[in-house]
Amino acid sequence: MRKPSKWLWAAALSGYAFLYLPLAIVIVYSFNDSRLNAEWVGFTFDWYKKLFENDEMLAAAGNSLIIAVMTSVVSTVLGTMAGLALHRQRLRVLSVLVLTPIAIPEILMGVSLLIFFVLLNFTLGLVSVTLAHIAFCIGFVAIVVRSRLAGMDESLTEAARDCGATPAQAFRHVTLPLIMPGVFAGALMAFTLSIDDFVITFFTAGASTSTLPLQIYSMIKIAVTPEVNAVSTLLMLLTLAMIVAASRLSPEILEPSKETSS
Amino acid sequence: MALLEIRDVVRRFGDFVAVDHVSIDINAGEFFTLLGPSGCGKTTLLRMIAGFDLPDEGRILLNGEDLAGKPPEQRPVRTVFQSYALFPHMTVEGNVAFPLKMAHVPASEIPGKVAAALEDVRLSGFGKRLPNELSGGQKQRVAIARALVTHPPLLLLDEPLAALDAKLREEMQIELITLQKEVGITFVYVTHDQTEALALSHRIAVMNKGSVEQIDEPSRIYGFPRSRFVADFIGHCNVLSGRVLDNREGIVGIDMEGLGPVKVTTASGCRSGDQATIALRPEKIRIRKPDTPDGLDNHFGGSVQGMLYMGDVTVYMVHTDAGGKIETLLANSGSGRTRFFEIGDRVEVGWAADAGHFLES
Amino acid sequence: MAQQAGDRKSRWLVSGPPLLYLIFFFALPTLIMVLASFRSPGEFGGLTPLVGEDGVLDLNLESYARFFAESVYAEIFLKSVVIALVTTLICLLLAYPLALVIARSAKRRRDLLLLLVILPFWSNFLIRVYAWMIILGPQAALARGVNWLLALAGAEPVSLLFSPFAVLVCLVYVHLPFMVLPLYANLEKHDQALLDAAQDLGANGWQRFWRVTFPLSLPGVYAGAALVFIPALGIFAIPDILGGPNDSLIGNLIKQQFLETRDWPFGSVLSIVLTVAALGLAGLAAWVGRAGGGSGEAARRA
Repeated sequence: MRKPSKWLWAAALSGYAFLYLPLAIVIVYSFNDSRLNAEWVGFTFDWYKKLFENDEMLAAAGNSLIIAVMTSVVSTVLGTMAGLALHRQRLRVLSVLVLTPIAIPEILMGVSLLIFFVLLNFTLGLVSVTLAHIAFCIGFVAIVVRSRLAGMDESLTEAARDCGATPAQAFRHVTLPLIMPGVFAGALMAFTLSIDDFVITFFTAGASTSTLPLQIYSMIKIAVTPEVNAVSTLLMLLTLAMIVAASRLSPEILEPSKETSS
Repeated sequence: MALLEIRDVVRRFGDFVAVDHVSIDINAGEFFTLLGPSGCGKTTLLRMIAGFDLPDEGRILLNGEDLAGKPPEQRPVRTVFQSYALFPHMTVEGNVAFPLKMAHVPASEIPGKVAAALEDVRLSGFGKRLPNELSGGQKQRVAIARALVTHPPLLLLDEPLAALDAKLREEMQIELITLQKEVGITFVYVTHDQTEALALSHRIAVMNKGSVEQIDEPSRIYGFPRSRFVADFIGHCNVLSGRVLDNREGIVGIDMEGLGPVKVTTASGCRSGDQATIALRPEKIRIRKPDTPDGLDNHFGGSVQGMLYMGDVTVYMVHTDAGGKIETLLANSGSGRTRFFEIGDRVEVGWAADAGHFLES
Repeated sequence: MAQQAGDRKSRWLVSGPPLLYLIFFFALPTLIMVLASFRSPGEFGGLTPLVGEDGVLDLNLESYARFFAESVYAEIFLKSVVIALVTTLICLLLAYPLALVIARSAKRRRDLLLLLVILPFWSNFLIRVYAWMIILGPQAALARGVNWLLALAGAEPVSLLFSPFAVLVCLVYVHLPFMVLPLYANLEKHDQALLDAAQDLGANGWQRFWRVTFPLSLPGVYAGAALVFIPALGIFAIPDILGGPNDSLIGNLIKQQFLETRDWPFGSVLSIVLTVAALGLAGLAAWVGRAGGGSGEAARRA
């Protein structure tokens, strides 16, 4: 193994600093006893207290949670099916439909779904946002499940059949238990993607429904208060915990997926 | 009636004919090997017997019953996979019990049967382990135990020893022979390793490019290869061609390319003027200093062009004076002496008239 | 895999539901958007009726004509492409050392280093944009330091926030992980013996990088470039939050058409132009990448 040189390490460390410094600043300022995000004044929990007294914020958090749970349940089921189908069958249509939503700029899906819902006279709100989130989460789940399947010895399913298992039994006793960590990781990813999503939500939520990211957006646009720091810190901790858990369950998600890179 | 009848089976992948009109009968209790280089169709044939693939033409019958239309789980055959294919999330016991559960064997009988199967492969006491806690040889035994636990009439083994190192492979070969005798189950064994095939099998089918070249006992496959392919694939062989001069009183005279007149006494119906090809194993050829009388029917002068020291034997490549090439070997049985000849030495090679063997093509 | 007839039904049971869902909630909306681009805008948003009162079918190319006729749109579009390209280039420069260090670390440390790159990517997008609002804010240390230096040089103070600079920095920040991942995936597969061989043949460190590592990593570079360029081209929240009034990109234009002007047909035209440009350029990169480093999978079994 070639050891990276000092210069390379220095460059890489500044890269990591660039990635983490901004996040660290948000976290630090969430405990800062000042209305301005300019300099450190003193330590306080006030912004967190204010956060939990803010009804709008709590309602938005509730909405985000409902949407994320619904999205992760449905997209995990559909995404697992898609992952299985992509692995076993060569369905070009399906792979295009599963992967394009991930590959194209999010705004395209946002505006096309907006037209779609309005033309169908579908009331924009929790349901439309959830339906939209599911559409782009399917792909992420499918990729994790598929790479899990790709890492699985093909002859295991054959061995199960050989031992007398029907295709359904082979799936239940062999394939499913083996891909289960991937399925869980996919569910966590879908939850995270959904609770974090801003762009697609922005177009499909309508005027009366808010989510955490939408709430953060309007606070940033109108009046920045350190409450944003507090809610950001909590949201960050939640999603980071989810992703660390997912990567423990299924290390495949650390492997940059082949399909998005070709 | 044979246990397994393969009747004129064809399997194509696009333009490629993987299995080309193959017919084989395999008898109950046999250790039968499909031998050939990679891509010869042996694995495809095995997969069609197991039900993972279906023939495009022809039929496969087990105990006289056509297997067509039966998915793998309904076929009473079991497979030992090259990768072992042990279920990594189940213990050794779980793996071996799996076929019993699928066959709805009463739960009370399962532990006894699992223990018996593990004892057959000498793995008692390993039941609670997970597959990734086992060595390659142990995994192999679990795979065999899992395949044997329901006492299938036929066991298919797909290069089961390929992943093991040489020493372990030899041990497992001996165990497989013993096991097969003990359980009395018919084995159909796929390998590309000719020494393995010769050592294990009752009968061997040598396959090449989707077709069966020869089906015979190991000694006949080695001693009397029917085609040039079989002669070349199994061990080393000198393949000599020439025109038949005469065939009188069982002695055939042939004008060999690169040699000259050669006498062959193995039975043959060839006539004067025919093209003939004979196979000659290196160990049947003597090599010695020139002009040493030995009474052999055929002898030719030449010089040593190359030699390979193999430990137990030394292989000599001799170029004959008429431009032919002959491969021969000498056992290094002398007291420490390993080099009887040097490169460039003048030598004479010779063999008895009954040492050669006619090939069909 | 067995070609059993009974499998066919179970296949559709597996692929059918996700297929139907995506046809309904992805393919169909996209198709409707394409159709909308050929229609006329309704008086209060939406579209005019497909068949008007005069019985004339509402299908036209007017919105397309408008995009090409008014140079302001082409300018914004071009600016978006340039900014996305610059973002891609800067990301490449920053990502390469990261990817190289991760790829050359010991296996146990590698997973952690990789996770550290991925984590910011998974934290909320808006928070990451917002963080730069704090860093670049007029009261923050950075802006004060810069303006102090400018004052020393006798120059006018500048605003870091609400500037093209802020937009670019944040674009790079948000998209950096997209470049590191494919680069790492490529570098990690390199045979270290190649570098030993190059060294053995007399190449110094710099030569080894430019003549061995970099050319071999080109597929990863192209893949990363596509992954950065596509989303960077369509971004609207970053200029929206960190940019000034003149820093609008095509994403902002699209958002404006749908949510403010309510001109769906023109918004659809802009979206289609964006898609074609993004996928076209990315497809080009992928094609170049494949031509450069194609690898085929060998036939599998005997």
